[in-house]
Amino acid sequence: MIKLQNVEKVYRTSSIETLALNNINLDVKKGEFVSIMGPSGCGKSTLLNIIGLLDAPSKGIIEIDGRKVERFNDKEIAPLRNKMLGFIFQSFHLINDLSVIDNVEIPLLYRSNNAKQRRELAEEALEKVGLANRMKHFPKQLSGGQKQRVAIARAIVGKPEIILADEPTGNLDSAMGNEIINILQSLNENGATIVMVTHDDAMAKRTHRLIRLFDGTQVL
Amino acid sequence: MLSNYIKIAWKVLLRHPFYTFITLFGISLTLTVLMVLTSFLDHLFGAHYPENNRDRSLYIATMMLTDSAETSMSTGPASFRFLSRYAKSLKTPENVTIISNFSFSNTYINGKKIKLNTKYTDAAFWHVMGFEFLEGKPYNEQHTKSGEHVVVITDDLRNQYFEKKGQTVIGQNIEIEGIDYKVIGIVKGSPATRLYTYSDVYFPYTAPKSNYENKGMQGSYIAIALAKDQTDIPAIQSEFDSGIKSIPMSEIRGERKFNILIIKAEEYFDHFLNTFARRDQDKLMLYSMTALVILMFIGLPAINLVNVNVSRILERASEIGVRKAFGAPSKALLWQFIIENIFITCIGGVLALGLSYLIIYLINSSGWIPYADLTINFAVFLISVGVCLMFGFLSGVLPAFRMSRLKIVDALKG
Repeated sequence: MIKLQNVEKVYRTSSIETLALNNINLDVKKGEFVSIMGPSGCGKSTLLNIIGLLDAPSKGIIEIDGRKVERFNDKEIAPLRNKMLGFIFQSFHLINDLSVIDNVEIPLLYRSNNAKQRRELAEEALEKVGLANRMKHFPKQLSGGQKQRVAIARAIVGKPEIILADEPTGNLDSAMGNEIINILQSLNENGATIVMVTHDDAMAKRTHRLIRLFDGTQVL
Repeated sequence: MLSNYIKIAWKVLLRHPFYTFITLFGISLTLTVLMVLTSFLDHLFGAHYPENNRDRSLYIATMMLTDSAETSMSTGPASFRFLSRYAKSLKTPENVTIISNFSFSNTYINGKKIKLNTKYTDAAFWHVMGFEFLEGKPYNEQHTKSGEHVVVITDDLRNQYFEKKGQTVIGQNIEIEGIDYKVIGIVKGSPATRLYTYSDVYFPYTAPKSNYENKGMQGSYIAIALAKDQTDIPAIQSEFDSGIKSIPMSEIRGERKFNILIIKAEEYFDHFLNTFARRDQDKLMLYSMTALVILMFIGLPAINLVNVNVSRILERASEIGVRKAFGAPSKALLWQFIIENIFITCIGGVLALGLSYLIIYLINSSGWIPYADLTINFAVFLISVGVCLMFGFLSGVLPAFRMSRLKIVDALKG
């Protein structure tokens, strides 16, 4: 489902060159739940961003569902992100000016769904994360755990095949964190391929496979 | 999708009331000035009371006599005699009227002087123009032929001159310059900005002091030809031009040594424009200057708004990152910000509409322009909507373009 070959990422400024990822080779099968671990600054998030097509590699090949995408332009990449990928961020990245349901509808705005279909799908996604009673609320009225559940609903509303989670429990207490991992596990059991960046060994143990990074290099 | 954009735009407006106030103040002030200006231009050049037929009228108002080298020239209105011969005789128009340029006179009531604007016209004037008669009727061919001392006056003069309010004054006399004239009609006055219809008193052209019998080509009269239909205008112009071409040189030379006569039947705006810029290069300069002023008028506030918008949009980097991460193409984001900006501009436009109505009401009721009838009609409204959209587009497109190009990873970092 996700294949990376010899991926390298270099950040350049006028005077410094930093190698963030070095020769990464990765193959995530359909339906796998993979976690990425490593110390801070080792390139976990950079790797996730490259897998999620949020950032481009400096070198290497990326295949998503059999398509080589590293040379795709914005016009080609946007629908791929929209249909294939769903993101969950550590800091939720909800739009505070929109209600919960409007936030969840965002991925559907860039599809051909009409307003009624969008509403139905968003309600369904919120029900899955147990927040059907908070649809009209605004993010500021929610707890951290509830915000992350809204973010999960937003990630799954378009029924993407791949879910990418960047430290989804990083800003939550352990009870809330467990709740979020339970939801992710249930999504995985229903067929979603999940790649999750985490610092937490206990969370990583609940995934199928662990990838360890150290200074931009894959060590496990 | 549109409702999502508008919801966001509304929330963004509410988020920073001071910025919002500055933005809306700038937009509404600019648009108010433009709307009032457009309304004033429409008042000046549009077809309004009593010149309701202006869109199918041709004005023969300025005659220019010059020599081949254009070293000397004489410009002014034509004589009644000239216009009778070359304008009144036109076959294509539905009607042609000859009227004097404005002149002044005085009348007295109980020792109090009333200054009067006066005008001499033929009977056709009342057919070509759309005056509303509040009492009585206009003078006709019979009145003009027999040189009867009759007048049509405005309601304003009636109220000033005749003391008995609420009673008809038709048949009563008004003394002007020592001569008694019988009032046969009262009309609702014309605004002072419509020079060819504005007057307090209308005399038949055969009345004393009209100078209608003056010889020579130049004088103090103008003619207005009313076409049956707008499509007849070129034919009337062509007929008039060929009449002018047939004038023998001896007649043009007259007592002065001019050999070129320029006089045209023009639509009102062209006639007005020719007063300032007769040559093509002068017109080009005038159009360019006007376009520049309008561009500056819209452009400068738009540039200011661009700055405000850039700082406002920067706050929303995270939102841009999220939308892009979930599949928004750059083009969709570009349109989102443009639509939001047009929405905000339209709010400013609604405020401007209210302000413009207030200002126009104040102008109309102030008496600054007698009988002023400025309005925000459909054309003015459409132009204003167009200006709103252009303003919104101009001030939104640059920040939107910048933001839509933002890298997702950078945007998500905020």
